[in-house]
Amino acid sequence: MKAFTQHRGLVGPMDRANVDTDMIIPKQFLKSIKRSGFGPNLFDELRYLDEGQPGADCSNRPLNPDFPLNFPRYTGASILLARKNFGCGSSREHAPWAIEDFGFNAIIAPSYADIFYNNCFKNGLLPVILTEEQVDILFKEMEAEEGYQLSIDLPAQTVTTDSGHVFAFEIDEFRKECLLQGLDEIGLTLKEADAIKQYEDARAAQHPWVFGAIK
Amino acid sequence: MAGQTLYDKLWDSHLVKQRDDGSALIYIDRHVIHEVTSPQAFEGLRLAGRTPWRLDTNIATPDHNISTDKTERDAGVAGMSDEVSRIQVQTLDDNCDLYGIKEFKINEMGQGIVHVMGPELGATMPGMTVVCGDSHTATHGALACLAHGIGTSEVEHVLATQCLVAKKMKNMRVTVNGTLGAGVTPKDVVLAIIGKIGTAGGNGHAIEFAGSVFRDMSIEGRMTVCNMAIEAGARVGMVAVDQKTIDYCEGRQFVPKGEMFEQAVAYWNTLTSDVDAVFDTEVELAAEDIAPQVTWGTSPEMVSAVTACVPTLDEQPNEEKRKGLERALEYMGLEGGQAIESIAIDRVFIGSCTNSRIEDMRAAAEVAKGRKVAASLKQVLIVPGSQMVKAQAEAEGLDKIFIEAGMDWREPGCSMCLAMNADKLGAGEHCASTSNRNFEGRQGTGGRTHLMSPAMAAAAAVAGHIVDVRSFVGGDQ
Ligand code: SF4
Repeated sequence: MKAFTQHRGLVGPMDRANVDTDMIIPKQFLKSIKRSGFGPNLFDELRYLDEGQPGADCSNRPLNPDFPLNFPRYTGASILLARKNFGCGSSREHAPWAIEDFGFNAIIAPSYADIFYNNCFKNGLLPVILTEEQVDILFKEMEAEEGYQLSIDLPAQTVTTDSGHVFAFEIDEFRKECLLQGLDEIGLTLKEADAIKQYEDARAAQHPWVFGAIK
Repeated sequence: MAGQTLYDKLWDSHLVKQRDDGSALIYIDRHVIHEVTSPQAFEGLRLAGRTPWRLDTNIATPDHNISTDKTERDAGVAGMSDEVSRIQVQTLDDNCDLYGIKEFKINEMGQGIVHVMGPELGATMPGMTVVCGDSHTATHGALACLAHGIGTSEVEHVLATQCLVAKKMKNMRVTVNGTLGAGVTPKDVVLAIIGKIGTAGGNGHAIEFAGSVFRDMSIEGRMTVCNMAIEAGARVGMVAVDQKTIDYCEGRQFVPKGEMFEQAVAYWNTLTSDVDAVFDTEVELAAEDIAPQVTWGTSPEMVSAVTACVPTLDEQPNEEKRKGLERALEYMGLEGGQAIESIAIDRVFIGSCTNSRIEDMRAAAEVAKGRKVAASLKQVLIVPGSQMVKAQAEAEGLDKIFIEAGMDWREPGCSMCLAMNADKLGAGEHCASTSNRNFEGRQGTGGRTHLMSPAMAAAAAVAGHIVDVRSFVGGDQ
């Protein structure tokens, strides 16, 4: 997995609450059996004026001129600024895949849906949680200044603005470590193979019906 | 020391290892697999040179993108008209065959929507941890399981290690006491709960549904409620074991028999919250206050009693919420202040892992019986949740009732719940739907979803508009 330590980049907005994963990547793109290539279809229904089809070339599709991420000033954005309960709805990991594939390295929002939040970490994408007031300040600064950039420091757990704000954020120790080192979680868990086997033996003795039923 | 909640007990009994950093390794008893969120996981497994940890824990079936049309279904996987979908279902078949994972294939008895299939086959049993790459996995919590949705990386993690890295959630109890009025169903109860706590109300929590309403409710009804825990923001929803739970499990295909069943039951009976257990968050509703519910907006929390009116902008003092409301009304093509019963319906969808079990089919058929679909409707889809539900409904003659009323009786699958197959809404069309999500575009680009119970949806099909099933005497019955 891709590691994340520090990042400085252009900020792009998604200014609505409760953005669901259907909005992030509509279902027709879930038919893919690949993990990559979802970026052109990120926010597909909002971003384009026509209906997107899987496998179709997006470069000639009509863009929605009113959708902020289509504004030239946000081209190349790598930090997504969003509102509360971001990523609610279905568990599709295609949502963080699309966000990452589009070019974002981090998201900043007041809150996330649980499954989406969890999925981000598996893909080297840092979901930063700031307070609603702090997110408001960032939205205002971003709107006022073209080319607005932010600096995110994962080891220090801070978001820093050029205007001098330093906002601290919380993050789980385990998740932070995995991101910092780009660790393979499955590999880590397999180091505990003995503990898993031991658990299975004890459990099979106690609750035998849990084992061997499905053939 | 305070007693344990049901969630505490389920967590403790699956704890493989507690790590110092607060994370834990949790053992997974049952892993349910479908075509959409698994291909990348199997591929990841292969790329890393790994194999599944345990085979007899996995159970698979295609459901999300298969056709519900009889002719297309009869042609099997090879006959699927959408090539991209066909490859996905074929990939599931190939992966299951390769590793020897038990799969109920497209037209096999047993196939169905993952969350209908698991419990009805007895693959889900009380006290288990159940995961699936689908957010409505909480459905299985109706059998006192710790069940939740996972992403594709976690599907791979479970395949490879039989464990998940997790952090313990907080405990929430939603208590509903009293007696539900006539025409008020489990769907109405859960929609009312979401209306009260909001779509983020349960974030970070495991919800236990408690109180006389859930005790009195059938297991299928409890599944409808747990199914929508995620719409209240909680990954996990559950109901404690009682005699109904045990009666439901007994005799199902994968449930043990004889002495081992007795042994299991002795354990299952301990799966309740201790009386002195303490919950981090408590929510209470009174059964008598719950009327049949209908969503009018683009989030499940945008819900009201069927007798109410669509809210107006000036009722909403909070600026951000007003913006959201304005956008929702515009998308839905509704006026603030308009009576909910005045909303005309173009299509009806009765199905999905929320409401496609036999009791749901019966409730819809009871309303449809002897009546006709209103002439203004374009389509009424009745999609049973599984092959077993379909067979049972046909044995009871429910299919004939639907067909006589002018409704479409289909093959089992997710169908118009997420519109990955041909079952979709057109732009601007209003749908009375028994599914679980009314997000923009969920049932088709530009489609407008109104969530409600199966009886309410059937009544809307006959009336041509949303109608209170309690006072419904329309049609030519
Ligand atoms: S019926 Fe709908 S919510 Fe349920 S599993 Fe299928 S797509 Fe998901």
